[in-house]
Amino acid sequence: MTGKYFGKPVKRLEDKFLLTGNAKFIDDIQLPGMLHAAFLRSDYAHAKIIKIDYSEALKRPGVVAVYTAEDFGDFWKPGPLQVPPPTAIPGSKFNARTLVPIAKDKIRFSGEPLAVVIAESRYIAEDAFDDIIVDVEPLPAVVDLEKAWEDTSVLVHDDLGTNLAALVTQESGSYEEAKKQADVVVSKRMLIEHVAAAAMENRGFVVNWDERNQELTVWAGTQSPLTIRGSISRALGLAESQVHVITPYIGGGFGPKVMSSQADDVLLPWISKQLKRPIKWIEDRRENFLATTSERDQVHHCEIALKKDGTILGFKDVFYHNTGAYDSYGMTVPLNTQTHTVSNYRVPNFYTQIRMVFTNQMVVTPVRGAGRSEGIHAMERMIDFAAHELGMDPVELRLKNLLKPEEFPLKTGIIGQDFVEGVLDSGDYLGNMKMCLDMVEYDKFRKEIQPKARKEGKRLGIGVVAFTEGTAVGPYEGVKLTVSTNGKVTLATGYSSQGQGHFTVFAQIVADALNVKVEDVKVITGDTLHFAWGAGTFASRGATLVGTATHLASQKVRAKIFATASKALGVPEDQVDLCEGSVCVIGKPESSIPLGTLASMANPMRGVVEPGVEPGLEATAYYGPPHGATGSGACAVILDIDPDTCKPTIERFVLVHDCGTVINPLLLEGQLQGGVSMGIGNAFYEKMVYDENGQMVTASFMDYLMPLASDMPKKIEMGHLHTPSPLNPLGIKGVGEAGALPPPPAFAQAFEDAFYDKKLELLESNLSPSVIFSYLKKAEGE
Amino acid sequence: MSKLFPVTVTVNGKVYERQVEPRLLLSDFLRHDLGLLGTHVGCEHGICGACTILFDGEAVRSCLIFAVQANGHEINTVESLGTPENLHPLQQSFTDKHALQCGFCTPGFLMTLVPFLEENPKPTEDEIREAIDGNICRCTGYEKIVEAVQDAAEKMTQKK
Repeated sequence: MTGKYFGKPVKRLEDKFLLTGNAKFIDDIQLPGMLHAAFLRSDYAHAKIIKIDYSEALKRPGVVAVYTAEDFGDFWKPGPLQVPPPTAIPGSKFNARTLVPIAKDKIRFSGEPLAVVIAESRYIAEDAFDDIIVDVEPLPAVVDLEKAWEDTSVLVHDDLGTNLAALVTQESGSYEEAKKQADVVVSKRMLIEHVAAAAMENRGFVVNWDERNQELTVWAGTQSPLTIRGSISRALGLAESQVHVITPYIGGGFGPKVMSSQADDVLLPWISKQLKRPIKWIEDRRENFLATTSERDQVHHCEIALKKDGTILGFKDVFYHNTGAYDSYGMTVPLNTQTHTVSNYRVPNFYTQIRMVFTNQMVVTPVRGAGRSEGIHAMERMIDFAAHELGMDPVELRLKNLLKPEEFPLKTGIIGQDFVEGVLDSGDYLGNMKMCLDMVEYDKFRKEIQPKARKEGKRLGIGVVAFTEGTAVGPYEGVKLTVSTNGKVTLATGYSSQGQGHFTVFAQIVADALNVKVEDVKVITGDTLHFAWGAGTFASRGATLVGTATHLASQKVRAKIFATASKALGVPEDQVDLCEGSVCVIGKPESSIPLGTLASMANPMRGVVEPGVEPGLEATAYYGPPHGATGSGACAVILDIDPDTCKPTIERFVLVHDCGTVINPLLLEGQLQGGVSMGIGNAFYEKMVYDENGQMVTASFMDYLMPLASDMPKKIEMGHLHTPSPLNPLGIKGVGEAGALPPPPAFAQAFEDAFYDKKLELLESNLSPSVIFSYLKKAEGE
Repeated sequence: MSKLFPVTVTVNGKVYERQVEPRLLLSDFLRHDLGLLGTHVGCEHGICGACTILFDGEAVRSCLIFAVQANGHEINTVESLGTPENLHPLQQSFTDKHALQCGFCTPGFLMTLVPFLEENPKPTEDEIREAIDGNICRCTGYEKIVEAVQDAAEKMTQKK
């Protein structure tokens, strides 16, 4: 499907504001009489609170108030479970211990808030930290996932008697039976390491209680404005209509901004109501590292069973998943891992068990990839290890087992994060892989390039992996579309935007359907006064769910335009045509009515309207899929590794991707390239490290390395397949997380290939030079 | 509150006189005291580059400078480039090539690149990548930023 705008590389409508400093971000909100909040955070990961004395802080000029947990009285309570427990999965155990807004009695992670200071400026609020005396009794910290699972471990939640947050086992077929038939069984233990989302803008929250109107206005850098509105109104006993949440421009999300019911959005509305003053809190980078949310951090115990010819018979994966000190965000991440482990290949027998553990670390929520990365990594690496064992080429083993187009739709038997059984809707996984191999010239590399390089003493290695991205899960999203009397069109959605280009892609769909200029469509995202229904920005749902709702609303408005125009022009509907920005009679362009005038006519001030006729050229539509749509791809990377420093140069990076129908190819490339940079970061640069005391030792950009321009490949060579999703009328699938998935396993495979003679088995996801160096030393017996 | 010090500074061609605490960061001064909100603060420890401005024509991080140090100096922020209706050629290339997504880091990239392109109007790709290695972008993967700089360099040299 293409139109004047749909499917075209339309330039973004939002750019001119962002480029000139005219886009309003959360820290740009300034209100008269605004106070500033700062959170005093715990230096300890695990400790009993004996006493917090802030009496001196109150004496400091400019300090307005200080609060600890006790000061909130009955208002203090553990927050809601933001994602429901996985009761849809038979036999699942889930122990809910939801995030408390501020530590009371016990500290459970380093960075947990202990006190809130409200002052005339942020500088003064932070000065007051020095006046607060915190008396605690430190406890040993729970850091190691596997040790945390043992009965002898120190407990994060004493009342629970265990650190088990969840135990979920799913099986399709019978792995043990498959194992009996196998010629080869390979077992490995692998780490998939902890990473940060690290959006360039930190979180932020501004709140203003209006005593006269009894209304609360909130500005929040959130991926989930309606969740926040719900939790705030429930906590304060207000109706949702009394809480207005606005998302300004947001400087990247990547997952953690979906989490609500944290110290800021729980405590600051209450304080604003008490003080009757607006309050602003802007997270700083250290707080973001310590106490927002992060992800990955799993330990996998995998086993793969195969026939001699490479046919996969079964896969078993028992993995530990770190949920941090609390599990408010439920099991979205590890369930994504379960669904993605076998989403590329024919695996008739699959046993998967999640052992989700509480630790004295920050809360875990999705970070771009969101459990998919871990599942893909586990499977791709096991295929590599199996290929070593079988003496097969890793690509050949993949080609043998990749799902074929005629196998779709395929029920996987594994229930996912949306609590419905996984269905792979469509795709051409073999096609992806073949295009990728052609583009990277795999045969030439193996036969000519690599042997020549090896003769020259070069360490040149290739890694080729397949991946899927489960996207566009339910429940639903919606939009309201209105033609204004000035002829411009407004689209409002509850979905919030963090740079994905929603202001443009939704406008493209509307512009084609109503035959207006794309720049005449204004998209309003994440403002609850404009639209108050929806679930939030996660799982690459925007283009598919909001895009489809936009399409449906456009069709409804179009029908109203035709009905209204037919009367106004005095001709049957089939004689009405949509010219750009107006309606006219077919063949008589001179008898036209501008769309704005028609909008006025659709809202008569006197007279009678027929029963069932709704005023205005306006319509609301919702879309919810039966299950997610799955994007897919293949990726090849060629690394040239300096044998002395172990630093790789990325010689080639090929990415083939299929997300069905494309709305805007320019933005698609941007999404994929950005995802790849995070994936390369995860593979090589980025690693969050907690020491044995639960202290994060990588809480700045000095220690947590982000990929920079010269770290990236010169060119990400891209190929595209387009297998439309049968689930929605436009055939769209999501793409937001895809690029981040393949680099870590592809890098690992390429490193092993480069050092083929050392027979390395890289069992962790972050492969910095020092890690590679230590593997090499080990291989050499040192 | 410590003693206030006078600061006279020219920002985007306009002279401002203010009394400030000596510990006030230049980034906060520009944003909160002068209301120039286009300069963004991403890390406050001098790594991410989002707060980059021109200090007497040179790209520097405004989060690592105190406002008092700007006394008597000339500063340019992203607001000194184009307007939404009339973009600077570099801004135009950024939108043409889709070199921004969330746009939060973008003002820092622009202010790093303006003096770079003045000094080096025909940069190689490696030179461009090196020039922006002090700016972190989490959204784009940098490829389209590099393309935008190449595009702008070409167009700006043709104009001269």
